[in-house]
Amino acid sequence: MSYEELLTQTALSDERVIVMTAENRALVRNIPGKLGNRFIDTGITEQTMIGAAAGLALRGRIPVVHALASFLSMRAFEFVRTDAGIPNLPVKLSSFIPGFLSDGNGPTHQAIEDISLMRGIPNMTVFAPADEQDLVEMLPQIWACPNPSYVRINTRKTDHHHTPYQWGKAEVVSKGEDVTILTYGLLFEQALIAVEILKNEGLSVGLVNMRSLKPVDEQAILEATQTSGLTVTLEDHFLTGGLYSIVAEVLLKNQLTAKVLPLALNEKWFKPALLPNVLEYEGFTGKQIAEKILGYKTGSVQPKIAVPQFSE
Amino acid sequence: MQSVITQPKQLEATALKVREHIIKLSTDGGCFVGASLSATDLIVYLYSEFLNIHKDNLDDPDRDYLFLSKGHDVPALYGTFAELGLLEKDRLKNHLSTEDHIYWHPNTKIPGIEFHSGSLGHLPSVALGVAMDIKIKGGTNKVICIMGDGELNEGTCWEAVLVANAYKLDNLIFVIDRNHFQANMPTEDLIPLEPLHDKFAAFGAAVKRIDGHSFEALHEAFSAYPFQTGKLNVVIADTVRGKGLPSIERRADRWFCNFNATEVEDLLKELHGEAVTQLTSETLVVR
Repeated sequence: MSYEELLTQTALSDERVIVMTAENRALVRNIPGKLGNRFIDTGITEQTMIGAAAGLALRGRIPVVHALASFLSMRAFEFVRTDAGIPNLPVKLSSFIPGFLSDGNGPTHQAIEDISLMRGIPNMTVFAPADEQDLVEMLPQIWACPNPSYVRINTRKTDHHHTPYQWGKAEVVSKGEDVTILTYGLLFEQALIAVEILKNEGLSVGLVNMRSLKPVDEQAILEATQTSGLTVTLEDHFLTGGLYSIVAEVLLKNQLTAKVLPLALNEKWFKPALLPNVLEYEGFTGKQIAEKILGYKTGSVQPKIAVPQFSE
Repeated sequence: MQSVITQPKQLEATALKVREHIIKLSTDGGCFVGASLSATDLIVYLYSEFLNIHKDNLDDPDRDYLFLSKGHDVPALYGTFAELGLLEKDRLKNHLSTEDHIYWHPNTKIPGIEFHSGSLGHLPSVALGVAMDIKIKGGTNKVICIMGDGELNEGTCWEAVLVANAYKLDNLIFVIDRNHFQANMPTEDLIPLEPLHDKFAAFGAAVKRIDGHSFEALHEAFSAYPFQTGKLNVVIADTVRGKGLPSIERRADRWFCNFNATEVEDLLKELHGEAVTQLTSETLVVR
């Protein structure tokens, strides 16, 4: 099932759902004809859209709102924080092309501080599914929760078959004594590749799909950091405020320490190009990730990375 | 400033070459073709005839300024820079390469680009600040900000008009590329803008509305700068999305285009009136 199919089905079976967009229709192309006046396009007005979503939520609606990740999380930030966060209204943010997925657009479109910003808002919940199947698995619970929610939309396909989503829990794909990779979102597909390479090099490797950044699965973080020789935090996000910070917070809260290798964007925006070239340039292909962990080059072959096709 | 345009034929020839560059950029990842083609004549006119900007004065504080606010029309700027000698033509081949800085939105690593853009409704304010400083220093440089009509949905555009009016910035010119479309549909079908002239006038601006593909009309309008002492200048340039390529003109589904090699070849012929292109690549790639 696709994102749009799930949203259509949910909205048709629940009168409370209103689908909104600030003129970004990539994810909701066919919905206007199906929902009638429960589809609202406010034009290129992210701030006004969020304010209006809060007004709709005041009246008992569940607005699912769409815009590019950078504009939803940053341009509309104060509206999200003040109009949805303070009153704890169920405004559901679907953020399109987050992280590396903005490929050739440039820094204006790079949402790589969104996790940090959104998790800083009291009442807000924050999610980053690993692929389309994971997204569709998680969304019903996200849309049903009474809080505002921020979702990094990820409609890419992987071969991985995900376990059912449990609220606030990570998906522990495998456990490993030598190294455990904690990751979320788009980079899960590269982490799968890295895990295979590391295993071929003889390591015992764990992989955790974090799924929910807030609430976060503290148990999964504690188990990984305390049972693995090395924990890797892998994210298409600034080093500040993302998963590396979350792991640090959880460890400190429990008066623990661990050997952690953060793979993130440190005080820089990434090079704009098509996604496969971005990953290669920034060192985030599965092969590059594995080799950073190993500290040496391998003869492994990086599988081809699909170019995003945001077409309808 | 001459009152009669001296070289319309040359401007047309330049614009044609710029459109060729745009078409060539619309493959191997693609670009925002429609909006680039609508802004082409405007940008070619401003750099060729109106603005005191050339490759030897890019750091001169007394140069004129042009801010491209909608940003996704940057292929028209790359093409114009290539034709006017600000950018080596060969670099256009580096579109989307990690070896260069030529991608879907403007950035200052390209000489002549004053500010990065791509998030709508930012550069009217940045241009405002530059115009304010020029006023404080008593300078005579002109400051232009080109905005999209869809961009006018963003409230910050109108805040900038209010403030420009308050500070009587008659050295600032907001140019609207009025191509009558936003990403997915005609502007009037979504968030109507008309009567646009009256809206700007009610906010205190001196407004001219012209055919944005006529070099004579562009010349007549800009020759009257400053339109009125103490007032923000606004030029609403009526344009056609996709101008020059009948097969994509005024089409809602040809916003971001990633054409295949055959289509590019055919579109180049179509530009010269030698063919009509059969487009087969997927439509409405929304980025």
